[in-house]
Amino acid sequence: EIHIKEPIEKEVNPRLLPGELLLCEASTVYKYIQEDGSNRGSYGKLVCTNFKISFLDDDSASDDNEPQFKNKIVGENDITLQCVDQIYGVYDEKKKLLTGQLRKYPENLIIYCKDLRVFNFCLRYTKEEEVKRIVSGIVHHSQTPKLLKRLFLFSYASAAPNNTDGRNQTVMFETLEDWRDELERTKGNVKYKAVTTNEGYRVSEKLPLYFVVPICISEESILKYEGRGIPIWCWSCHNGAALLKMSAFPKEQDDSTSQMQKAFLDGIYKTISKPPYELLKMDDLSSSLPSLQDIQTAYTRFKQLFLIDNSTDFWATDVKWFSLLESTNWLEIIRRVLKKAIEVVECLEIQQTNVLLIEESATDLCCVISSLVQVMMDSYSRTKSGFQSLIQKEWVIGGHGFLDRCNHLHKSEKEEAPVFLLLLNCVWQLVQQYPPAFEFTETYLTVLSDSLYVPIFSTFFFNSQHQRDTNKSGESLKTQSGPFRFLTVWDWSVQFDCKAQAFLNNPLYAEKPKPDKSQRKTSRSKHQRQLSLPLTQAKPSTKRGFFREETDHLIKNILGKRIGKFINSSEEPPNSLREFYDSWHSKPVDYHGLLLPRIDGPEIKVWAQRYLRWIPEAQLHGGGTIATAAKILDLMEEVQSLQVKMDEEHSQAVSGDVHSVPMLRNSARLSSLFPFALLQRQSVKPALPTSTWKDLEDEDDLVKRDDEFVDLSGDML
Amino acid sequence: MASSSTPKYNSNSLENSSSKRTLKDGTNWEQNEEIPRLPGETRVTDKDVIYMCPFNGPVKGRVYITNYRLYLRSVENDPAVILNVPLGVISRIEKMGGASSRGENSYGLDITCKDMRNLRFALKQEGHSRRDIFEVLTKYAFPQSHNLLFFAFVNEEKFSENGWMVYNPMSEYRRQGLPNERWRVTFINEHYRLCDTYPSLLVVPYNATDDDLKKVAAFRSRNRIPVLSWIHPETQAVIMRCSQPLVGMSGKRNKDDERYLDIIREANGQISKLTIYDARPNVNAVANKATGGGYEGEDAYPNAELFFLDIHNIHVMRESLKKLKDIVYPNVEESHWLSSLESTHWLEHIKLVLTGAIQVADKVSSGRSSVLVHCSDGWDRTAQLTSLAMLMLDSYYRTIEGFEVLVQKEWISFGHKFASRIGHGDKNHADADRSPIFLQFIDCVWQMSKQFPTAFEFNEQFLITILDHLYSCRFGTFLYNSEFLREKEKVTEKTLSLWSLINSEKSKYTNPFYSKELNRALYPVASMRHLELWVNYYIRWNPRIRQQQPNPVEQRYMELLALRDDYIRRLEELQITNNSKISNSSTSSTSPSQMMSQVQTHF
Repeated sequence: EIHIKEPIEKEVNPRLLPGELLLCEASTVYKYIQEDGSNRGSYGKLVCTNFKISFLDDDSASDDNEPQFKNKIVGENDITLQCVDQIYGVYDEKKKLLTGQLRKYPENLIIYCKDLRVFNFCLRYTKEEEVKRIVSGIVHHSQTPKLLKRLFLFSYASAAPNNTDGRNQTVMFETLEDWRDELERTKGNVKYKAVTTNEGYRVSEKLPLYFVVPICISEESILKYEGRGIPIWCWSCHNGAALLKMSAFPKEQDDSTSQMQKAFLDGIYKTISKPPYELLKMDDLSSSLPSLQDIQTAYTRFKQLFLIDNSTDFWATDVKWFSLLESTNWLEIIRRVLKKAIEVVECLEIQQTNVLLIEESATDLCCVISSLVQVMMDSYSRTKSGFQSLIQKEWVIGGHGFLDRCNHLHKSEKEEAPVFLLLLNCVWQLVQQYPPAFEFTETYLTVLSDSLYVPIFSTFFFNSQHQRDTNKSGESLKTQSGPFRFLTVWDWSVQFDCKAQAFLNNPLYAEKPKPDKSQRKTSRSKHQRQLSLPLTQAKPSTKRGFFREETDHLIKNILGKRIGKFINSSEEPPNSLREFYDSWHSKPVDYHGLLLPRIDGPEIKVWAQRYLRWIPEAQLHGGGTIATAAKILDLMEEVQSLQVKMDEEHSQAVSGDVHSVPMLRNSARLSSLFPFALLQRQSVKPALPTSTWKDLEDEDDLVKRDDEFVDLSGDML
Repeated sequence: MASSSTPKYNSNSLENSSSKRTLKDGTNWEQNEEIPRLPGETRVTDKDVIYMCPFNGPVKGRVYITNYRLYLRSVENDPAVILNVPLGVISRIEKMGGASSRGENSYGLDITCKDMRNLRFALKQEGHSRRDIFEVLTKYAFPQSHNLLFFAFVNEEKFSENGWMVYNPMSEYRRQGLPNERWRVTFINEHYRLCDTYPSLLVVPYNATDDDLKKVAAFRSRNRIPVLSWIHPETQAVIMRCSQPLVGMSGKRNKDDERYLDIIREANGQISKLTIYDARPNVNAVANKATGGGYEGEDAYPNAELFFLDIHNIHVMRESLKKLKDIVYPNVEESHWLSSLESTHWLEHIKLVLTGAIQVADKVSSGRSSVLVHCSDGWDRTAQLTSLAMLMLDSYYRTIEGFEVLVQKEWISFGHKFASRIGHGDKNHADADRSPIFLQFIDCVWQMSKQFPTAFEFNEQFLITILDHLYSCRFGTFLYNSEFLREKEKVTEKTLSLWSLINSEKSKYTNPFYSKELNRALYPVASMRHLELWVNYYIRWNPRIRQQQPNPVEQRYMELLALRDDYIRRLEELQITNNSKISNSSTSSTSPSQMMSQVQTHF
């Protein structure tokens, strides 16, 4: 039973953002601390606004222990409405999912969040009226379908003063110039052009306003099928080979239509497989990768392993942890996606062929693979601004349906699939395998994944550029002047102060020396470990014939039923990929060159920071990777202070461009959950398994034996 | 296995193999070109073979056998494929194929190693070509079975440090603050008269006489009486170790043993019960009664609380490691890696051992009671538990020398049967006495160092080196089953200690991230969410899995350290020049040494 001091009556008011409205509240709510099954916790007020659910601790006055890493928008006891995953009510010790209308009101309310926090509120001491209001309010606002315009995004945008940081280096890909610059950066401008055909969304509402196609593609063909069947450029490799994507035709019943589509595709393929274009390889991702449904199912099972109610739960699932993990299939999907990306890289890098990724809409798995390929091949994508630009290019402007995939409006669960999270998980594998190669940290990826559910940024709250543009123009609620001005998530100062932002920068990242153009070429060839590969790859005969012989076959498949891989198709030596992979891994890594993830079973890991960060049992006091990171940060700080001292000795001005380094004094006892350990266990008692496995059915005979069989009874005589 | 890029074996090319040969790059390669050789190491034989590399296919090479190692160098590959295998790691040598076997490379030797790999060599079929190599290998890999000395006894290496000086039981007990008014040192086991598997020097309660000890010995399996392993500097609670009591089917009791345990209980000045951790599963402890053993019953020991820790026996551990090898060698299980790993139970056993040790450590540091640990004989699971608990409680053991002391004390001097468990120089590869208990302990230590990367002075290489020389027989450290036998064989006089090698080049084994922290209990989380397969050890032979060396994070840290030192040096120089320029003003600038002390207070 609960044995806690009487609640102190005190007026605590929620901190509201501009445009945020208090919808309902309840007092004397008891929030359990998620720890060791005890009933410890605290009393407070539970409120629901049009932005968040928030618990206001009655004795939260002692705020001198400000965490070093704090989100300015979403506090430790705040849950944005979009972050709510599922709500359960507890009735007579039984958990029941709460969705729509409620008849009975529960004694306890458990909220599972999409960032994997678990909140457990006891409502037994709350007035019945307030219970009714708060429970139905929370369920209604977080779990029922919503109109786009009712998203907090709009209230915030119309109420908040917009003083966006103009210094953002992220390329937004909203202008023609952005695309042209990208073409120039990747030297793709010889064979590819940025087009304005979609101005006014004439071609399609799904396509971005500006995009890039092969120079030889005419405006008419782009317009013909709303952009379907048109290869759209993603990126050009240093050797000229390009990564393209294409939205496939839906399966057509009508024969004449499909004949026409076939002829159309035929023409397109002919144009883009002629010189100057490289040979073309295709990959129909909808058949060579798991479906969105598979991904959604896997993740749903996977996340369940981390939504832990209590200590008993934790240890009960620990016994069969590995097989539980495996049965979710999530790690296997990550492995397959990484493998696919390696295949594409091999085609681009070694075979120097263009690769065309095909998918129904070209906005889901196409985004995952094309982003991964660029992260692996283009070291610019491993800088913070480069990665952000990549996300803008492939996802935000590229037309990934964030609104539907995250089911932000609760419109249809069928559309929900954690595609973007899959990308972040894959990138994390690379980040942890090659720590010095990335300018950002895993913490950056974690907070980026959290930002998916913070509806003050427009970044992840539209399905397409068209949708954003049309909703932006202010048929505003009030007589507001001009269009909405949305914030972008890439302005990290909105969520984090300078000190906290420093945790997003990787202290191990060794910046690439900025070369001028001539140097760049030489440095590149120096870095190309792939050039020293065995030349067994050069079998042009089979590859040259590949396209022409297969064209018909391919087109048939693109039009209708799909077959397996075109990349790595049967006629290729099956071990060429393996050779590429092995050969690359047998050489020292160039952190500014090509990066290939290791994908053998033991190498694919669980992203512990994102998934275990709220679980007290999983906490290591003074341990984890943060322990070494803290030492590095301390040393960097020391080096920097020495630098300053040196400058002073030289009686020069104190240098201004010192990179800010997080301050981690007294850091020796940081928790491994840092910087997210908000619910730190106070005790330093070790966590002890409460349930362990004992039986070894299959080895019964061995189990029963003694270490050495010696009859000791004889010793007694 | 055959790969297009590697040359196929062609028996004709072996014809003039003993003569001079020229490599691709044009350098002459003499047959007598130096292969690594230790002082005291002599070459016995050599032969042209095909090394059937499971990762790169057949490799043509020449194998050299000395009295210490098997060394293979490929003749055609660039860079050369090298195998450098101490004969001590060999567990079993089998002939594969017969003189009439068909098929390429089907005739030769298959060598099973104790360090998670197999080596296959194919030889020419004509003229019993493998007979002498088989005989030489068998003779030198299994010296004990051929009345030969271990290589450790002919090794003439010289080191700047003498590892035999690392552990002195008296000074280790003094470090712990012993003897004191409650605990005394006894010489009752001088010449191993009381117990031939214990060290000669023991620490026992002050209030127990040597006569008492003798009576207790009669009631403890193999006379392994409860003695002190470690005392908590503040709570005075102790970790005691022993073997099982000889309770037997009839439930025998022994007043002296009961009284002795009570004396132990009282010695920490608390009135609470004595906690006994029996490392075995409950059922095994019960089953042991049939052979005269058992556990401390409630009736006989009302002042003690008994817990079973459910750690399985040496046979279960051996099978588990065998299964682990199956899924990682030669190829890593492709599909269903996680469930395959789970089915070996290896990490599950690690979890149980760690969990047990955490319980022991927690009990002692909470100060409420002293702890007695035993299993059946008290030299396998008991050693794991006491040494791991000590590692958690006493930061001294997390230093390089401290860890050496810990191994020397809890494992070597207290009679972990290294000779039987490893089977040093013994050809009976199927001996049921063999078991990877010490490996399991080192794995637990690795798990801890992985969870707390700044808490240990030593690095992963240190642990791997210990394991490599656990088998190599190059040092006397792990030879024989007990201190008594080692004394008889004059091991410290006639052989070198592994710690000589390590302490002579300590920097190689030092963890740059180590932060010294005194008196801090370190509890690992014994959850499968944190336990990992030690890839760099168990899968180290697989070139596809091998981790980046050196570790990039470590490398970056070392670079920063060098940068810092460089700045400090330059700053010092600057200050000297500046000071000489303005000879009278010196108040404003901080001297680098002052600054350093500021910086060091971070931790």
